[in-house]
Amino acid sequence: MPLSTASNFAKPDDAFRAIVEAHRGLNDEQSADLDAALVLVLANHIGDLDVLNEAIALAKRRMLDASQQQQQQQQ
Amino acid sequence: MVQTKTQFGYRRHPDQDRASANIAEHAVVVVGAGPVGLSLAIDLAQRGQSVVLLDDADRIGEGSRAICFSKRSLEFWDRLGIGQRMVDKGVVWSVGKIFHGEQQLYQFNLLPEQGHKRPAFINLQQFYAEAYLVDRVSELPAIDLRWRNKVTALEPRNDRVALTIQTPDGPYRLNAQYVIACDGARSSLRQMVGAEFAGQVFEDQFLIADVKMTAAFPTERWFWFDPPFHAGRSALLHKQPDDIWRIDLQLNRFADPAVEKLPENVRPRIARMLGHDKFDFEWISLYKFQCRRMSKFIHDRVIFAGDSAHQVSPFGARGANSGLEDAENLAWKLDRVLRGTSPEALLESYHIERSAAADENIRESTRSTDFMAPNSHQEARLRKAVLSLAKETEFGKRMVNAGRLSTPSVYETPLSTADGDSWRGGPRPGASMLDAPVAGLRGEPMFLTEAFIGAGTRFTLLEFNNGAAPELPEGLGAVRIGGKDGLADSAGLAATRYDAEPGTAYLLRPDGYVAARFRHPTRPALDAALARAAGQS
Repeated sequence: MPLSTASNFAKPDDAFRAIVEAHRGLNDEQSADLDAALVLVLANHIGDLDVLNEAIALAKRRMLDASQQQQQQQQ
Repeated sequence: MVQTKTQFGYRRHPDQDRASANIAEHAVVVVGAGPVGLSLAIDLAQRGQSVVLLDDADRIGEGSRAICFSKRSLEFWDRLGIGQRMVDKGVVWSVGKIFHGEQQLYQFNLLPEQGHKRPAFINLQQFYAEAYLVDRVSELPAIDLRWRNKVTALEPRNDRVALTIQTPDGPYRLNAQYVIACDGARSSLRQMVGAEFAGQVFEDQFLIADVKMTAAFPTERWFWFDPPFHAGRSALLHKQPDDIWRIDLQLNRFADPAVEKLPENVRPRIARMLGHDKFDFEWISLYKFQCRRMSKFIHDRVIFAGDSAHQVSPFGARGANSGLEDAENLAWKLDRVLRGTSPEALLESYHIERSAAADENIRESTRSTDFMAPNSHQEARLRKAVLSLAKETEFGKRMVNAGRLSTPSVYETPLSTADGDSWRGGPRPGASMLDAPVAGLRGEPMFLTEAFIGAGTRFTLLEFNNGAAPELPEGLGAVRIGGKDGLADSAGLAATRYDAEPGTAYLLRPDGYVAARFRHPTRPALDAALARAAGQS
C-alpha cells in the first residue's frame, strides 16, 4: 500500500491541534524529544517499511525545497 | 598478566633443504593457525587433502580475544571431531538481559526451543579453542603444521603460487596450487596481493578486560545502557570458563588509550560495576572498531578467509563465527576442485556467499555500534526515545540494539535450486540445516546433525519416508526418517522443522546448507539440483 497523502482525518484541525498542544509548555529540547518518541510510535503503528521510506522522502523534500529557496534568496 | 597458554617448537622441514630448481609442490597452503586456519585445515584433511599450515608465531595467543562461539560453529566443530570438547569446557548460555540505568528493560532467549544438540552459544576463551584445534591437527598426519614460518613474498604463476617463507634457519620457497590466507585483520598476504581493505572506523573507544573472580552472577549476557556505575555509556558483562569474566566498557572518543589502559585506572571503574574489588586482571585491551571487507575474497589462487577478508565490531559475536563459516564454506568446494569433481568456477560461489554474509555482518554490527555510540545529537535523542519506550512497549524493546547475535546467513547463491513446490516452513534453499532429535535404528537417541555426519558430511539427501526409497545418484549420502530402515522422528520435531510430509526430501550440501528441496523428488530433478550445487551447471 503506498503512502496515503489524501486527507484522512474527518477534522484535520483537531489532529493538528492535538500535536500542537502536545508541545505546549515544552522547551525546544523537550519538544525534539517528544517528536522523536512520536515518530517511533507512529512508524511502528504503520509497520510498513516502504510507506515509512516514502514518508521520509516526502518530509525530506520539504526541507530540500526550503534550503533551495534560502539559497536563491541569498543569491 | 599476559599468559602464553601453549608453546610450540619450530622444526626444520625437508622442504627447506631442497635445491631452488626442485622446489616442493603442495596442493594447499593455509597461512595462519588461528581458529579459522586450523578449522579449515582439519576440514580439508578429513576430506582427504594434504595441507601445509604455516604460522609466523610459535605459541597460542595472548588474552582471550574471541569468546562467543555460536551453535553453527559448534556444529561445524562437531564435524571436525572437537565440538564436545569445546562444549565441555565452555560456558553454555542462551539468555541475554538488557538494562537501562538500574532497571532491566527486557531479556531474550536465543534458543527457546528444546531438541537441538548444541546450545545457542558457548563462551570459551579463544586460546582454549585454538589449543583443542591444534590437538586435533596433531591427530591428522595429512596436516603439516609449521610454526615460525612467515610468508614474506608471494608470486602468482599461471597454475600455482610461489611462496617465500622466512624461518629461524633462513628463507625457503615452496609452490602451492592454492594459498588460503587466514592471517587475521592485519593480514600481510592481503598487502602482498595489493588488495584494499576499506570501511568505516568508529571513533568511540571501548575498554575490554578479562577479570578473574568468583561471582554468583548467572551465565547470561548482561548489557547496560547508561549504568549507574558508568554514567552515560554502555557496559557488557559475560562469563567465561575458569571464573573469568569479560567486561566491556565504552569510553569516550577522546580518552587517552595509554592512560585508560593502566590497571590502576581500570580497577576503580570495574570495582564500581561489580560492587567490590576482589578480582584480578587477566587481560586489558583498548579498542576502536572497524567494519570493513575486501571487495574480492579470491585473488587468483590466493583465497582470503576470516578476519583477513572482513572485520566487524564485536557486538554480535560475528568475528570468529563468521570466519568459521568461511572455513566450512570453502573446505568442501576447494576439496572438489582439487579432485577435479567440480570446476574451478565453484570457488566463485565462496566469494558470492561469504562476501554477502560479510556485508550482512557489517550491516548488523554497524547498526549495533551506532546505537551504542550515537553519531549526533539527534541519533542520541532517537536512542533515548527507544530506551524510554522500551519500558512500556514491545516494539520499543525490539528496537533496542545491544548487539544482534550471529546466526548463519541465508545464501542467495547460484548453487541453490529454487523451490518448485509449495512450503509453509522449513529451511529454504541457501539456509543451513536445522537440528532435531531423532532415534537411531536401535532406538538410541541422537540428533539430525549427527546423522548428517554419519552419512559422510557430503552431499546428502534428507528423506522423509513414504515407502518407496528412491534410487540415489552415486556418491550421495542418505539420511532417511521413518520406515523400517530409517531414523524415528519420535518427537515429530524433524517433520515440523522441515515442514515435511511423506516423500519430502532436502538435498544438503557438504557444509550442511540446503541446496534444494522437493515434495516428491524425481531422479532427473535430483541430478539437476546436485549438478547445480556442485557448480557443474
